[in-house]
Amino acid sequence: MKVLVAIKPVPNPDERVKVSADGHSVVLENVKMVVNPFCEIAVEEALRIRDGLGGGEVVVVTVGSPSADPQLRTALAMGADRGILVSAEGPLDGFAVARLLRRVVDDEAPDLVLLGKQAVDDDNNQVGQILAALLGWPQATFVSRIEFVDGGARIRVDRETDAGLETIGLPLPAVVTTDLRLNEPRYASLPGILKARKKEVRVVDAAAAGVDLAPKVRVLAFEAAKGRKGGRIVADAAELVRLLRDEAKVLG
Amino acid sequence: MTADILVVVEHLEGAFRTSTRSAITAAHVLSSLAGGEVDALVLGEGVSAVAETVASFGVRRVLHADAPVFARYLAVPYAAAVAQAVRENGYGAVMAPATTFGKDFMPRLSGLLDAPLASDIVGLAIDGGELRVRRPMFAGNVIATVSMSGVPLLFTVRQTAFDAALPSGTRAPVIPFAPVVDAGGTRFIGRTETKSSRPELTDARVVVSGGRGVKAAENFSLVERLADRLGAAVGASRAAVDAGWAPNDWQVGQTGKVVAPELYIALGISGAIQHLAGMKDSKVIVAVNKDPEAPIFQVADYGLVADLFKAVPEIIAELEAIPTR
Repeated sequence: MKVLVAIKPVPNPDERVKVSADGHSVVLENVKMVVNPFCEIAVEEALRIRDGLGGGEVVVVTVGSPSADPQLRTALAMGADRGILVSAEGPLDGFAVARLLRRVVDDEAPDLVLLGKQAVDDDNNQVGQILAALLGWPQATFVSRIEFVDGGARIRVDRETDAGLETIGLPLPAVVTTDLRLNEPRYASLPGILKARKKEVRVVDAAAAGVDLAPKVRVLAFEAAKGRKGGRIVADAAELVRLLRDEAKVLG
Repeated sequence: MTADILVVVEHLEGAFRTSTRSAITAAHVLSSLAGGEVDALVLGEGVSAVAETVASFGVRRVLHADAPVFARYLAVPYAAAVAQAVRENGYGAVMAPATTFGKDFMPRLSGLLDAPLASDIVGLAIDGGELRVRRPMFAGNVIATVSMSGVPLLFTVRQTAFDAALPSGTRAPVIPFAPVVDAGGTRFIGRTETKSSRPELTDARVVVSGGRGVKAAENFSLVERLADRLGAAVGASRAAVDAGWAPNDWQVGQTGKVVAPELYIALGISGAIQHLAGMKDSKVIVAVNKDPEAPIFQVADYGLVADLFKAVPEIIAELEAIPTR
């Protein structure tokens, strides 16, 4: 089983990002870049699949600037076998990323492509599904369990939907996007980190892929979302209920 | 853009989902800005009642495909069928709710149609003759204004950002639609429903959520008791879901559900950025937390610094003391 995992570097989600004074950009100086949390779950799942089936390969790929190398190394330190960095200039939208990933899939011919359900920077939740459409492959999003059936020809997955847990089956090859409860990603071990330095990372130039990278969706401006002001601290349950009833008028 | 707009209808177990009504409103907003009529598309098997319901919500007409392949929602045949509806009728825009339904098949539709998709939109405007779309990023801390190029324009619509469309008092015609699609080997196997007599999280007037401070799965019964006293839906923070104390479909936050009830009560929730993203548009926010430094107090209208295991029974007792009208 060969699993391709696409990962994205994102600003540390626990830090609050700021919008530049002119509204043209989001200030990322001094914000640590990390592997998008949902992508980390995808890497972990790929490793468990490989190790559970007793063989195969886990290839991690990222699309973007060469500064993504540390995040690729993180995935390699977790245990992925090798990396691919599709190097691209300028802002790419999800569609352009999916087009570039499609080329990688064409080259690598994986049995399964795993991605996080969404990146916590642009919160688009698009790349996996667009990629599946471009490949003509089936898809499963928001996945919290993967089981191989029919001798590894199909998978059965649980999906976290708004209406509860849904189980669907799909043939391989397929594109799967990961949700929170699929697994708990491991930390890279020190030997893993040392080994990762020597693992192969192939750098490919996006321009050489011969695909249209013009964004279909372009961000023109950013603004900080309107904040909320804190209100008052109440003394006890009685005062709280009285204020909810008489001041906020939200009871009954 | 004067081409027409198609709204893809979400339904479950034969019931029309309220999420679609916000998408219909967003379609009317787009129509008022850029022209075009609003149609709806219902894909299903034996759900003509859903089509009839949608017909009363102020659309021009309802396309209705009734076929076994749509008996259960699956992304592969859904996206293919919507693509066919777009090609046959030349729609200039397609809208669906930004629920796990719309978020699943709309990007696939984008790939099939080579069309731009703006996810989770919260606003639409025209500036210098160009459409401008507003959507949250970075867990809702940043609102981006985006432009889109290509046809058709695809949108998933954040339910809390657009009012639910109301019945128009008229009835649109329901027109049969027969897409030629198959599921490409994907199969629906089953659903473990979270059966509940409580209102749905995204529709509830009141939401009571529990977080890390609840400390154990069995303690969620306290959260539920307060919710039931208020006729509220029950929510949970990602920390509580992560710990296995609450099901994932209770999760409120950027990676869960976005809610904007009249009253949101956060119990033992610290107020991580990603949780605030899911509830900060609530009208009134109440926080109960024993840590006075918890960030949740910075967004709460009413804060009670207290141990929730002591405070919640007291709140319930106070509520019971209010004479019912």
